[in-house]
Amino acid sequence: MLYREAGQFKTTYAQDMAMFPIRQDRIAFILLLALAFLVVPLLAKLQIWPFGGEYLLRAILIPFLILSLAAIGVNILVGYCGQISLGSGAFMAVGAYSAYKFGTGINIPLAWLGTAIVIPPLPVLPSILLGGLMAAFAGVLFGVPSLRIKGLYLAVATLAAQFFFDWVFLRVPWFTNYSSSGSVNAPALNFFGLTMNSPIERYFICLSFVTVFALLAKNLVRGNIGRQWMAIRDMDIAAELMGIRPLYAKLTAFAVSSFIVGVAGALWAFVYLGSWEPLAFSIDRSFQLLFMVIIGGLGSILGAFLGAAFILVLPILLDQVPHALGIPISVETVSLLVFIITGSLICYLLIVEPHGFARLWSTAKEKLRLWPYPY
Amino acid sequence: MRSPEVNDVMLRVERVSLAFGGVKALTDVSFDIRKGEIRAIIGPNGAGKTSMLNVINGFYHPNRGSITFKGKSRPRMRPYEAARGGIARTFQNVALFKGMSALDNIMAGRTLKMRYGLLWQALRVGPARTEEIEHRQRVEEIIDFLEIEAIRKVPVARLPYGLQKRVELGRALAMEPDLLLLDEPMAGMNLEEKEDMSRFIVEVNDYYGTTIALIEHDMAVVMDLSNRVVVLDHGVKIADGTPDEVKTNQAVIDAYLGVAH
Repeated sequence: MLYREAGQFKTTYAQDMAMFPIRQDRIAFILLLALAFLVVPLLAKLQIWPFGGEYLLRAILIPFLILSLAAIGVNILVGYCGQISLGSGAFMAVGAYSAYKFGTGINIPLAWLGTAIVIPPLPVLPSILLGGLMAAFAGVLFGVPSLRIKGLYLAVATLAAQFFFDWVFLRVPWFTNYSSSGSVNAPALNFFGLTMNSPIERYFICLSFVTVFALLAKNLVRGNIGRQWMAIRDMDIAAELMGIRPLYAKLTAFAVSSFIVGVAGALWAFVYLGSWEPLAFSIDRSFQLLFMVIIGGLGSILGAFLGAAFILVLPILLDQVPHALGIPISVETVSLLVFIITGSLICYLLIVEPHGFARLWSTAKEKLRLWPYPY
Repeated sequence: MRSPEVNDVMLRVERVSLAFGGVKALTDVSFDIRKGEIRAIIGPNGAGKTSMLNVINGFYHPNRGSITFKGKSRPRMRPYEAARGGIARTFQNVALFKGMSALDNIMAGRTLKMRYGLLWQALRVGPARTEEIEHRQRVEEIIDFLEIEAIRKVPVARLPYGLQKRVELGRALAMEPDLLLLDEPMAGMNLEEKEDMSRFIVEVNDYYGTTIALIEHDMAVVMDLSNRVVVLDHGVKIADGTPDEVKTNQAVIDAYLGVAH
């Protein structure tokens, strides 16, 4: 009875084309934002359960937000444009290491010209955004094969990006500023003169990035470019005969997707890890992001969040269950059990709802709109 | 037969040949389509009708011959260039964007008319928002015209076949084409749906002045709708003229009924 759009008349197309055309959705969204921006930090500040001891913020919410952002990026490419990519981890790495280089300053001597490319160390925010931009370049470069190959073959081609960048960041010491261990430290998190180091402040950084990029991404996918992406995904020949250029549509999808993934990578390195090595962006990360998108729902911004929550948070929760119930099981058994349970849940979910959580959610909403008189 | 309003030639196909390896799909086919007319292309199965449409909108490139559209001859062109030039198309097997709603499908037909770039769209403020709403208005006019208001938000995969065909016509109309190619718009429809579709085709031709090239197997429809008919058989043009001329042409009768050897 609560979720009912009866009586909400739309008199302009602008109203009908709003991001949340139904009033209850708008209210829910504002409440969610208020919860994320006000209530969570307040509870964390006051150390009220479940925010005692920073664990929830530092180990769950921050990585959840960053991976959601990355999943949004992957979803634009895989879910909206239908180009399967296994290189997301690499694009995160490009974002992270580029942001690191911009943050620590770049000096490329060009001896034969008698000059050098010198960029002084940039503040954190431009570094992160430029990191995203570099990832976008890398994405476009490795997206070029998509013009000729599709599906699984493209997935294999994007795998090349993964292995290439893994190798580059491991073997080319320039990227790590010649650090002897291969591990690098992020510059201080200084935004507009404010140093943001506590978990609450870091949470704020991530939340702001995710909110802004999620809204921008939502606007893109419901606009003209989003329709072009989906047209290419659903029927590329018809799309081309309607004047959609596959080159433009596919490469913009790669660029936008990699940009968002790159920003997420920079956040992952700067805000979550603090210091990292190339292993943080291995192929496991690519798979993890792809699974998030598939389970959350291909072609849905909301799905990226749901998928990230499922893949990231479920194992952590399952980990706590035996401990909370007081069952004496060894830590190794628990971690194996977590693998088994997560895996079977994924199988079960994909059989029951191959379109992921986002579809479950929209089906539920459709049912609710008619409830209790579905006829 | 409807009275022709003979105008200048919009599209001229000259001695076009197309072969896939050893298979000759089209051999030396020449005909023209005049501005404002409904031109039917008929022929038995495998006659090369769809290949002809594919050549016209740039999906296939002819091995020989030339195509002159709006006075400009073109040896090779990509399908999106044809679309840009004002050629729209529907397909024999419905080729809608299955994951999108009927509205979004038709909106996708407006792609070429939309100008604001990626950043504007991401922000969706000011001119980009206005543009989106303006195009929505144009699309709603098409939705009204095709009488599909009730299904505009339904994903097209859920629609019955007849309505999918109608949405596909809407998507082609959204491009505001000069030349509209319809590949069997009435295949698999019942009588009522055929009548609706015929009405839409005639009205598009009358109101928007769109030139239409149409492939159809239903001879009653072809004879009623079209101004002129071109008949293909085994990739060769065997007849060209008004429906009445074609109806009585011996070669056409032989092609359709077979000849005793």
